[in-house]
Amino acid sequence: MQFTIEVGRFNPEGRYAETAVPGEPFPAPWNASPVRRYQTYTVELPQHAVVLDALIAIREYQDPSLAVRCACRSAICGSCAMWINGHANLACKSKLETFTMDGKTRVESPPSMPIIRDLVCDMKPFWDKHLAVKPWLENKEPLPPPDEEYRVPNAAMEELIQEVSCISCSACLMDCESFAVNPDFLGPQALAQAYRYVGDPRDAKTKERLGELSKAGGIWDCTHCFECVQQCPKGVAPLEQILKLRKLAVDAGFTNNPGTRHADAFADSVKHSGRLNELTLMPKSTGLFNIVGQLKTLPSAINMARAGKLPPLIHKAIPGVERIKKIFQRVGGRFK
Amino acid sequence: MKVAFYPGCVSKGACPELYVSAKIIAEPLGLELHELESAPCTGAGVLSEQNRELADALNGLTLAMAEAQGAELMTICSTCQGVLSDHNYHLKKDEARRDKANATIADQGFRYSGTTTVKHLLWMLFEDIGIERVERAIKRKLTGLKIAPFYGCYILRPSEALGLRERPERKTYLNRLIELLGAEAVEYRGATKCCGFPMLTFNRDKALAMGGNHILEAKDKGADLLVTPCPLCHLNLDGQQPDAARVLKKDIGVPIFHLPQLLGLAFGFEPEQLRLNHHVVPTTGALEKVELKV
Repeated sequence: MQFTIEVGRFNPEGRYAETAVPGEPFPAPWNASPVRRYQTYTVELPQHAVVLDALIAIREYQDPSLAVRCACRSAICGSCAMWINGHANLACKSKLETFTMDGKTRVESPPSMPIIRDLVCDMKPFWDKHLAVKPWLENKEPLPPPDEEYRVPNAAMEELIQEVSCISCSACLMDCESFAVNPDFLGPQALAQAYRYVGDPRDAKTKERLGELSKAGGIWDCTHCFECVQQCPKGVAPLEQILKLRKLAVDAGFTNNPGTRHADAFADSVKHSGRLNELTLMPKSTGLFNIVGQLKTLPSAINMARAGKLPPLIHKAIPGVERIKKIFQRVGGRFK
Repeated sequence: MKVAFYPGCVSKGACPELYVSAKIIAEPLGLELHELESAPCTGAGVLSEQNRELADALNGLTLAMAEAQGAELMTICSTCQGVLSDHNYHLKKDEARRDKANATIADQGFRYSGTTTVKHLLWMLFEDIGIERVERAIKRKLTGLKIAPFYGCYILRPSEALGLRERPERKTYLNRLIELLGAEAVEYRGATKCCGFPMLTFNRDKALAMGGNHILEAKDKGADLLVTPCPLCHLNLDGQQPDAARVLKKDIGVPIFHLPQLLGLAFGFEPEQLRLNHHVVPTTGALEKVELKV
């Protein structure tokens, strides 16, 4: 079968205009990137071939200058993650047939990471974040005697199977929407790994970890877009782990942040009226005594009020709101 | 066709133009809207994050109300669609979770047996109403307009609960609709990305940059306007646009239409009827292209 591949090639004269830099204005990632140009190849391969087969065939038989990073070719090593038709995927796991759109497959280095050459991006941002969450166990005292080991119940480890499945391919970070505008965000992979250690009964630093993760750049800087869940080739579902961390952090008492205030204000409004009160949600989440924060939201509020887009000043409850209150009370837990 | 209509909090709050325009276009589409007036908020994912059982019960209640009406549940908000789909998916599949939710809502005289279908208006156009009917309702082709689709995360991801595995074409409905109405759909990366709204209260400037970047990209590709099936995206992309422009130090000025507003225009309704004069970013420029004024 014949396949057409459009490959994003490195243009050495280009700049890294697409990568967010702390302190710099936010990047405009769609800019016809000066660091890449597209080159089209045609390859003859069997129907079941994957994108990586095509890239290797190009490199071996057509254009030895093409740079591509790969090793295991069987979705275990995680080295061939790249953008395929605009989303991160493992080239060795993506069938050409499935990924052919309008007669071709477009392959490129992800725009949110610096390019080294062609399809090889610089993984430094990824590993920096990974290391920042201290991805190792901090031993609980007392240590087991030298000839023994920690005993962990099976169920406790089953809870962590998803996170342990991570192969550090960075597909999630490559498509992370928050990371694209906020280089300080720890990102889906690092946070999923953070949960792997927070959730491990052998770890001694659970509370300290949750405290660190509640700070800026941590769990509350995720925008909840599900891109990481969608792109992960191993079913780690990083967003789900981030949400678990949010709950654990709130339960552990790390509540002095907009995230917790937002959730509490949201719940309070639904409990008492059955629906969301947009008028009070924003100020309550910002923190009623956070004057600077409140002032920042003021121009938008005025713009919206002028356009007639302010929610009704008197917030009306839905019919039968008593029912909703009873459900809140019956379920119990936070928000009761 | 009778549907259990779930308008969502935002269409009754900060985006009244969405509610009004959704009701207007129901008639030409042959939709009989039975509004679920006493259905609670979905929790927008915020409640389920801290208390899943509570969110299961609240959404179970809504699903049970639609079930009792014997009609499909129709949303007009990508976020409501995503959250209801997610809970529906789990409540249908996981009997223990459903039993638990039912035990909670049983006191209130409700029970969900797992038969409700949740569909966004956008999906209904293609799957239930049919494009022939939509075409017949068109009175004013939107020829000459370049429109950038903005789907909103929760109508696309996670694909499993949204039934996108079985119906991958759902990922293209907005593009197809734009073409069907006679306009040109702008291709750009931002179409399926996040508007930044969920992060607005946590990290304001970054959230504004996120949405602003997508609009600027569409503008770069020649878009006269963006259309979105999600009012939360609308809040960030329209309501906060002047602030996003300030953060990005760029001019933006691209109007954002709700899906029913765009349909309404094509069906021959006047811009005022669709409250297109009640946006933060003026819609005048885009409307002039189809020789309309507000």
